[in-house]
Amino acid sequence: MADAPNIHDEAEVRARWGAFAWTDDNQRKANEVIGRYPAGRQQSASIPLLDLAQRQVGAETSTQGWLPVPVIEFVARQIGVPYIRVYEVATFYTMFNLAPVGRYHVQVCGTTPCVLGGSDDVFAACKNHGLVKGRTTPDGLFTLTEVECMGNCSNAPMMQINDDNFEDLDYDSTTRILEALARGDTPTPGSQTGRRSSEPAGGPTTLTAMVQDNHDYRGEWNTAHAG
Amino acid sequence: MPKLKVDGIEVEVPQGATVLQACEAAGKEIPRFCYHERLSIAGNCRMCLVEVKPGPPKPQASCALPAADNQEVFTTTPMVKNAREGIMEFLLINHPLDCPICDQGGECDLQDQSVAYGRGHSRYAENKRAVTEKYMGPIVKTIMTRCIQCTRCVRFAEEVAGVEEIGAIYRGENMQITSYLEEAVTSELSGNVVDLCPVGALTSKPYAYEARPWELKKTLTIDVMDAVGTNIRLDSRGRQVLRCVPRINEDVNEEWAHDKTRHAVDGLVRRRLDRPYVRQGGKLVPVSWDEAFRAIAAVDHGCSVAAVAGDLVDCETMYAAKALVRALGGDRFEGRQTGMDYDTSSLAAVNFNTTIAGTERADAILLVGTNLRWEAPLVNTRVRKAIKKGAKVFAIGPETELTYKAEWLGDDLSLLNDLPQAVRDAFGGAERPMVIVGGAALKGGHGAALGLVAALGLIKDGWNGFNVVHMAAARMGGLMLGYAAKGGIADLHDAKLTFFLGADEVDYTRFTGFKVYVGHHGDAGAHHADVVLPGVSYAEKSGTYVNLEGRVQRGERAVFAPGDAREDWSIFRAMSDVLGCTLPFDSLAGLREEMFAAVPALRHQGLAQYDWTMPAVGGSASGTIAGYPIKDFYLTNAICRASPTMQRCSAELVHGQDFAEAAE
Repeated sequence: MADAPNIHDEAEVRARWGAFAWTDDNQRKANEVIGRYPAGRQQSASIPLLDLAQRQVGAETSTQGWLPVPVIEFVARQIGVPYIRVYEVATFYTMFNLAPVGRYHVQVCGTTPCVLGGSDDVFAACKNHGLVKGRTTPDGLFTLTEVECMGNCSNAPMMQINDDNFEDLDYDSTTRILEALARGDTPTPGSQTGRRSSEPAGGPTTLTAMVQDNHDYRGEWNTAHAG
Repeated sequence: MPKLKVDGIEVEVPQGATVLQACEAAGKEIPRFCYHERLSIAGNCRMCLVEVKPGPPKPQASCALPAADNQEVFTTTPMVKNAREGIMEFLLINHPLDCPICDQGGECDLQDQSVAYGRGHSRYAENKRAVTEKYMGPIVKTIMTRCIQCTRCVRFAEEVAGVEEIGAIYRGENMQITSYLEEAVTSELSGNVVDLCPVGALTSKPYAYEARPWELKKTLTIDVMDAVGTNIRLDSRGRQVLRCVPRINEDVNEEWAHDKTRHAVDGLVRRRLDRPYVRQGGKLVPVSWDEAFRAIAAVDHGCSVAAVAGDLVDCETMYAAKALVRALGGDRFEGRQTGMDYDTSSLAAVNFNTTIAGTERADAILLVGTNLRWEAPLVNTRVRKAIKKGAKVFAIGPETELTYKAEWLGDDLSLLNDLPQAVRDAFGGAERPMVIVGGAALKGGHGAALGLVAALGLIKDGWNGFNVVHMAAARMGGLMLGYAAKGGIADLHDAKLTFFLGADEVDYTRFTGFKVYVGHHGDAGAHHADVVLPGVSYAEKSGTYVNLEGRVQRGERAVFAPGDAREDWSIFRAMSDVLGCTLPFDSLAGLREEMFAAVPALRHQGLAQYDWTMPAVGGSASGTIAGYPIKDFYLTNAICRASPTMQRCSAELVHGQDFAEAAE
């Protein structure tokens, strides 16, 4: 258990977050989330409420947000579930941050397809921009985390920054994105090489007739088969 | 009733049984770690893999696979052998193999099963995972690197103890079992996770590095810490009881024991009375047995003799004391030390008639003045089971955490006279209704509670739903032996000579006569006595005990008493010689024969049959229940109070003292 953060129920954290409560807006959202599940099944709301709480903490601290222990307990009380059950959920999912992160949580994929696609360059770009794995930059802007597969293998290498995915990265594009974020701009998420979603890099190679508008291929089936 | 074949043996198992249970029915041993009969099925250790036809061509986890008709199960094929060896190898990858310094060594499932099903060597040369120790309280010591994540402890805490404070955090390789924020687990049943743990991850903190299981003498006996009569095994070495573990008895304790049962045993070697004392000039002076007896013989009692039984004594002791008091011309006996004076003309009216096991089948339960969680934790677990099957629970008394949701009606005893509509509705539709009356309500509410028998229809064909919870192991036996005075203990206050049998909860200042204390611990009784005679504790005598449901059980002697202490019955026998009224028995067997002749129900082990008769104690109840009799679960008798472990539990779990920092 080397790299998981050791969570302490520190007096400081209690003092800062002990009085956590939903904002009016989030209270409405929380009610809606809890209302989705039948009576007696409120435990199902654990994940959406933890996410909501993390976002609220993020808004309050102007970071991506994290889950202090008192906030986890607040969520547990909201749905009438023992603390440990919600705590288990919060520790299980890597999307829940158990320690404070920066304004931008840079999660770079380090799984095989991304490594083959050049994630080493992405890490190098992060490093040269002053980001250190598992740490937050002194200005509080970036936290770098190496993560496992995020399911964007066809667009490898990729990184996720807060709610957006940035794909088809290389050293330059990564640097550009980080610089843009540091300036306060909003870089365009998605593929950085200009391709649409995960289509083939040089444009479609199959169903080419479908690119412009809908095309009925059924008439060509037999010939295709014969050919 | 599915019929299937296990290794060619045809078995029929009940609907809903698993393949693992079918294999056991066929006499096949299936190795397992996570599966436990009394817990829900997790299916995460994969050790119970078997080959099943029809089914996919791969081994299947038998604990989670329902048995079905025409299945063919194979437990000895090469596929199964291979699978078991593979699983065992995986389990051992991150296991430290520190058996020589592990307390579980010798009684470890992982050890046993790796011998039986393992490959015998390792192919793993990489680094092992290490996990930091977790603080779980004064009872449970953790060495989490040994954990194989079977999650038995998590399921036990949630399902049986009802205290959801243990969980598995993080995931995959990093998964760890911990109590919430490493706080002490606040369950009085926490010691059971030590028995449940199939490896040495959770071991007993007070017993750490004390002994190896094979060097201990094992004695089967009965627990006296509460009135449940938990069946226990005392493990001793030489003259010391080193630990106490529960035995399986489905009718009483299933296979659980609470922490007081398990860990009060270190009080057996502390604060012991090991020689007779006589009070001279206000001070207790050590004397010989003969001098002590002669001091008693010198008392001019004028036939005003009485005996007070403590909470921990066996029937034999009470019978011997009673025989002596009778021989001296006395006729006053009492065991209810704190002044209870409920009517005992009908033993059924003060008995737990539904039986402990029967509690599970109840469908409506009313708790009257009882904090069941502390007064009888193992009855409380049965109530939890009843709730799982759909029972509704109401409670009268000050609100307290019972580990389940009860509908609190208030602490006014007069509620018994006129129950709220919700209760009457629930009991009206109930087939097996149950009322459980605790000590806090017996004083002013016994009559009114008995009135509920008719009002709520508690007695039906084959069902008696009227129950009284006692807290003393000696209570039912004492009542059977006539240890009950009409006006309670107040009737005994003016006796000229009183024998106290390990009675430490009595208000001694009210007794004006000569006080003889026969007991094993230097507690309240010894402080006030004029003569102290060193007796023996439950671990040092063979005795008969009757639990709260009237179950007669006998325990064996595990060790010998320290110093000059003697078995209680033999003290009374020897004293009778000096007092000039020799008792007619010379051995424990002789005493028992006499006792059986006097109270035939004690002869046979098992439920004593009390005929249901309604005592004439009607009337309405009034007053409020101010609190429950047990103020501190961990310090209820002289043995607990002498036990450092129980003192620590009390300080930490009841009084909230913080020890977490001091832990290793």
